[in-house]
Amino acid sequence: MVIVDNLSKRFPGHHAVRGVSFKVEPGEVLGFLGPNGAGKTTTMRMITGFLPPSGGRALVCGHDVATDPVAARREIGYLPENAPAYGEMTVEGFLRFTAEVRGLGRAERKRKVDEVIARCFLESVRRQTVETLSKGFRQRTCFAQAILHDPPVLILDEPTEGLDPNQKAVVRGMIRSMGQDKVIILSTHVLEEVEAICSRAIIISTGEIVADDTPEALRRQSHTWQQIRLHVAAPAGKAAARFRALPKVGGVETEAEGDGACTLRIQPSDGQPILQDVLQAAWAEGWDCREVRVDYGRLDDVFRQLTQTEDVGETARKAS
Amino acid sequence: MSGWNGVRAVAKREWSSYFNSPVAYVFIVIFLVLSGVFTFVFGNFYEARQANLDTFFLWHPWLYVVLVPAAAMRLWSEERRSGTIELLLTLPLTPAQAILGKFLAAWAFLLLALALTFPMVITTYYLGDPDPGTILTGYLASGLLSGAYLAVGMLTSALTRNQVIAFVLAVLAGLFLLLLGFAPLTHFVSRFAPMWLVDGLAALSFLAHFQNLQRGVIDLADLAYFAGVMGFALVATHAALATRTGK
Ligand SMILES: Nc1ncnc2c1ncn2[C@@H]1O[C@H](COP(=O)(O)OP(=O)(O)OP(=O)(O)O)[C@@H](O)[C@H]1O
Ligand SMILES: [Mg+2]
Repeated sequence: MVIVDNLSKRFPGHHAVRGVSFKVEPGEVLGFLGPNGAGKTTTMRMITGFLPPSGGRALVCGHDVATDPVAARREIGYLPENAPAYGEMTVEGFLRFTAEVRGLGRAERKRKVDEVIARCFLESVRRQTVETLSKGFRQRTCFAQAILHDPPVLILDEPTEGLDPNQKAVVRGMIRSMGQDKVIILSTHVLEEVEAICSRAIIISTGEIVADDTPEALRRQSHTWQQIRLHVAAPAGKAAARFRALPKVGGVETEAEGDGACTLRIQPSDGQPILQDVLQAAWAEGWDCREVRVDYGRLDDVFRQLTQTEDVGETARKAS
Repeated sequence: MSGWNGVRAVAKREWSSYFNSPVAYVFIVIFLVLSGVFTFVFGNFYEARQANLDTFFLWHPWLYVVLVPAAAMRLWSEERRSGTIELLLTLPLTPAQAILGKFLAAWAFLLLALALTFPMVITTYYLGDPDPGTILTGYLASGLLSGAYLAVGMLTSALTRNQVIAFVLAVLAGLFLLLLGFAPLTHFVSRFAPMWLVDGLAALSFLAHFQNLQRGVIDLADLAYFAGVMGFALVATHAALATRTGK
């Protein structure tokens, strides 16, 4: 279990993390989201004990990172941002080094290194030096280092950054399966990834948590949650008026019309599902519904709603 | 013991990283060539016809002042520049273990270079009948001296992510510690400074302690001096690493 209690970090002239608190249980995969510079990396560095916090504390499996850092780190596998690794070492040598520091005996070291090389598809580069690796292979090498000792807590800073689509799928699969009995905290800018592998998402903006929920629940906050896009064989004005009269409908917009048919966007008034009502109304009128799509909201939109600071929003509006 | 395990793993990695790059070979060749050139060309080793290694060891403080910082500069600067320090210091290791591991590996490397000067010893036996005691204390003095320079170089390396700056700072610090006891300079200073100050400063210098040992006098004070310099620089390295803010 990882408990983060009111962590904060001040850099000279900059308050990067302002009182972040959360608790992650084994079996949870926590996605850490936020714009560039929000404080994700800084928070992770404080959990792993690389940076001392200016306030608050972090507990990893009951060990306070500040007072018992070595015991806490034994429980952690950490993939730092940009996947640092010793350039002059071979992939195999590098993994053996981290295994040795972690106190694995000779035989076990060899077994674990072989195992992780196979799991992370590093066989073809095992004797290559890290500095000659492509970005994706280097990322996987550092990822391998983090999972080698099968730690109960994994902290992964942008684990799929720089991977090709196949490898992304592999790494996501690994995270999902390891997430069943481990605590996993990962940061990412790929929101579809959060929906694919995270059981929970925290959005952090300028050093503060602005949302903490399941990806599904976050999506519900989207403007387009349960919105219906309907292509119906009816005159636009008439259809729009008919649907607008439904009690659960908040608004109707006409997207296209012509040939006695139209495409409408129907907005629920309070996020309630309205599909049933809309279809029944169309049915009663004898209108032919040619295409129906229910929008389940986009994490993207929610992310933007929650994190867009004034000036960024302003610039985006001007640009469009 | 588990504490030692971490030190050994870090030391092993550091040691092999010297030999995985050309640094080690270049360093050893330059050290051997320069110590030979200084001894034979400037030191008149043959002409002196003395079967001892005084002229050989005489140059070591001056060789080390440039060469040891070159071997020490990457120890922490490179870790900071490439970001591997984040990896190293989040492994289940204390910073003290990491520092000690690196120091021991680098020192072992310097001692290896020193050991490779053994043909000098053979030459003195060929020339005459040297005193094995002073040869041994000479090597002891040189080994301790390189460790002291190394500890200073490690400290400057922990202060910056730039190897060149680390190197220059280490050379300056080394020169300072050397020149405090350099006779021509202390004579000059003694013209206007009180004698106790001159002597006090000279006692802080590498030079006097090195020369005492090298001449065959094993004084506990000299040994304690070198241990003290190394200990101080390593503790300061620890403090320097603790105050880093990450990037
Ligand atoms: N060592 C440091 N000294 C000063 N400021 C720092 C330092 N490290 C981070 N910061 C600042 O703290 C803030 C948070 O940085 P952090 O790296 O945690 O962001 P992030 O959320 O990981 O962003 P990204 O998505 O770009 O990785 C930034 O404004 C950054 O400039
Ligand atoms: Mg980051």
